[in-house]
Amino acid sequence: MAEHVIRLPDVGEGVAEAELVEWHVNVGDLVREDAVLAAVMTDKATVEIPSPVEGEITWLGAKVGDVVPVGSDLVRLKIPGEDAPAVAASSAQAKQKAQTEKTPRKEKQPSAPISERPGKTTAPRELREAAQPPEKRILARPGPARQSTFGPPRPEGLRPLASPAVRLRAREGGIDLRQVPGTGPAGRITHEDLDAFFAKGAGAGRSAGLQPKTGVEEIKLVGLRRRIAEKMATAHSHIPAITYVEEVDVTALEELRASLNKEKRDNPQRLTLLPFLMRALVRAVEAHPVVNSLFDDAAGVLHQHGGVHIGIATQTPSGLMVPVVRHAEALDLWGCAAELTRLSEAAKAGTAQRDELTGSTITITSLGALGGIISTPIINHPEIAIVGVNKMSVRPHWDGTEFVPRKMMNLSSSFDHRVIDGYDAAVFTQRLKALLEAPALIFMES
Amino acid sequence: MKDISCRLLVLGAGPGGYVCAIRAGQLGIDTVLVEAKKPGGTCLNVGCIPSKALIHAADEFDKAMHFASGRNPFGISSGKPALDLSKTIAWKDGVVGRLTTGVSALLKKGGVKIVEGWGKFRDGKTVEVETQTGLQVIRAAEIVIATGSAAVELPFLPFGGRVISSTEALALTQLPRNLVVVGAGYIGLELGTAFAKLGAKVSVVEALSRVLPQYDAELTRPVGKRLRELDVEVMTDARAKGLNPKGEALIVETADGRKKTLAADKILVTVGRKPMTEGFGLEAIDLDRDGAFLRIDDKCRTSMRGVYAIGDVTGEPMLAHRAMAQGEMVAEVVAGEKRAWDKISIPAICFTDPEIVTAGLSPDEAKAAGIETKIGVFPFQANGRALTMTKEAGFIRVIARADNHLIIGIQGVGDGISELGGDFSLALEMGTRLEDVAGTIHPHPTRSEAFLEASLRALGHALHI
Repeated sequence: MAEHVIRLPDVGEGVAEAELVEWHVNVGDLVREDAVLAAVMTDKATVEIPSPVEGEITWLGAKVGDVVPVGSDLVRLKIPGEDAPAVAASSAQAKQKAQTEKTPRKEKQPSAPISERPGKTTAPRELREAAQPPEKRILARPGPARQSTFGPPRPEGLRPLASPAVRLRAREGGIDLRQVPGTGPAGRITHEDLDAFFAKGAGAGRSAGLQPKTGVEEIKLVGLRRRIAEKMATAHSHIPAITYVEEVDVTALEELRASLNKEKRDNPQRLTLLPFLMRALVRAVEAHPVVNSLFDDAAGVLHQHGGVHIGIATQTPSGLMVPVVRHAEALDLWGCAAELTRLSEAAKAGTAQRDELTGSTITITSLGALGGIISTPIINHPEIAIVGVNKMSVRPHWDGTEFVPRKMMNLSSSFDHRVIDGYDAAVFTQRLKALLEAPALIFMES
Repeated sequence: MKDISCRLLVLGAGPGGYVCAIRAGQLGIDTVLVEAKKPGGTCLNVGCIPSKALIHAADEFDKAMHFASGRNPFGISSGKPALDLSKTIAWKDGVVGRLTTGVSALLKKGGVKIVEGWGKFRDGKTVEVETQTGLQVIRAAEIVIATGSAAVELPFLPFGGRVISSTEALALTQLPRNLVVVGAGYIGLELGTAFAKLGAKVSVVEALSRVLPQYDAELTRPVGKRLRELDVEVMTDARAKGLNPKGEALIVETADGRKKTLAADKILVTVGRKPMTEGFGLEAIDLDRDGAFLRIDDKCRTSMRGVYAIGDVTGEPMLAHRAMAQGEMVAEVVAGEKRAWDKISIPAICFTDPEIVTAGLSPDEAKAAGIETKIGVFPFQANGRALTMTKEAGFIRVIARADNHLIIGIQGVGDGISELGGDFSLALEMGTRLEDVAGTIHPHPTRSEAFLEASLRALGHALHI
């Protein structure tokens, strides 16, 4: 027997540390080569750490939620074989190769392969269970902790197994025993199982009448959700923001959009409003380049970017992500549309690359039909401007002689008031409004 | 007569009704119990209790006969016994009397008001009772129907004269020389066996192909054997056709189609029981039916709000302990407790010789339900206690799920095995696995060891076989 140490590999360019978001193994587990040991989170993506060897886990170097420096000991294993050196070390790379193949990207190879695994990061209870001291088991794939250690559990569809006293208590507590996991022999539900279920506060309200729910569930913020929380807190505490809301008449724009879509009927790519807004943003930035900046407030330097890299706030199964359309100034309308579609799908599927999730200089946030009337977008720190798109609706508009129905939409935009004065914010937004209301201006050569 | 108003009215003071009333009284519910006869119903007055008394007396007499004949292995001999059946019946009546008095006392203690007389629904909230002193109207917020069941009569063999039901059979003061039992269900066989032991010549006529047709053949085999030893003539696949013209014998069509005349002082008809749904004005409230029975839900509620039904009137199995459990539950439901019927086991006992106990699923029922099973059978021939009592017939059988060893059925046949029925039922309600029974010390030497051994045998390692 020899000991093998697995260290946290360099999971991405310039990444010095990563947050451990999930253990797939416990001490005492027997793992095969390539079995996934853990998942770590960098910036906005999760990377799985595979085992380079076969062996028995003897030590885990971190708890879920810990931030682990690259190169530090992550896992120790006992591996079979008497001639092996006393301690061997590796920085598990095998799985990374495999992942690169799984998620091929266009022209440039990314600095680090990234795999977003929706769902996993939002299951803290499961994680905690997996971290409990276990029995030995071979892990072909990671699985949830066993329910019962006393023989086969209750088969599906069988009536819940419980003594009359437990049944009575459940009934009086308004609990449907089918909802209660049994840990006793043959899946029998014990008084302790019922206690646990009561403590969770589940089941209340299932019976007749309204009942108070007394349970409090602890959901540890890990992974992407924790990143979002941190970023939002940073943005909100650092940036004194001003939000400016203006109404935009998009009737002409909508007509243009419809006719372009009609004209290009054979093109599967449909134009939404966002590519127009992206192009309008590019034109507005030309007139007011300061809004396309990153503010290094520690150094007191404003980095005004030439390229307009537009972050698109996107709701994904794991939470909010901001994929970035790079160099929007160099993309035409259809180019913007295609890149937008590709990136938002990649973000939702969890296949977006690290460099596709970083480096924006200005951000658009749109919830489409859920956009509401106004919003107060949080600036994507260290950017200084974010444009929020509200719901489009037909509203009566006074044209000087009569009310006419117009397609109206609000833009709610936030600016970093430290570097953008209210006047500048207003002028920039009015420029955006002018471009969108007369969309020909967007396409005019300057 | 002044009308009575109450929270709960229970119609019928059988085991379902009186238990319901006692429990309701304990829970502080203002309860009225209506009964035309003595409390206790069929069970206490003309069923379970008197039949067990008669069976016990018959067993004692049978023993004495064996002592007199010297046909016993114990070396006991004695003089020839004599039977005064009227004294036996008087003793039985004494036992019944003590119990009914006890029930009355319990009801009184619970603060239950008893109205003697025949109750009839006027509407869903009102019952009128014909009492000895006149018509008593009772208004109740909630009503429990616990009217029970009655023996089924054969149209060509109406009760009367020589043709009797179990009720009359339990009150005979003269032993019939020839007794013909029509229907080899548990009531017919229990009473037939008792009368055979008391010295009557007993014949049993059964339309189906074997006795106790509701049980599987394994379980009934020891009973059939014992009936032959007792010289009881069992005619299966045979149909009673009616009395002969003189009215002193039963004409039976046998399996081969021939007519046979059986001389009979008494003809005991035990072809089943039917729910008592007539004569209570039930037509006035038009409750949903389930066949001949009243339809109930898992809280024993009928189709009318505030009207419950419990016991035999609600369906099979028509057993006193089912009615009692329902009655207890309904009282608690009425008191506002959260209750529902969730019993896993309603055990059934047949006090034949030997006795049969069934709880949970039989092997055939488990098979029909598509459950893969492990079955363990342990015969009393390998049980020390059975041997010391010279009663080695029978066995205990345990049926468990093959996948998780959960016990889903327990049956047994053997002398005195009725006393194990509660343990079997407890095992089922507690969700016991084979390993649980196998890991429980059963006292030696008792018949209960056969339960342990049957479980071990299902697990593949019985010790004493």
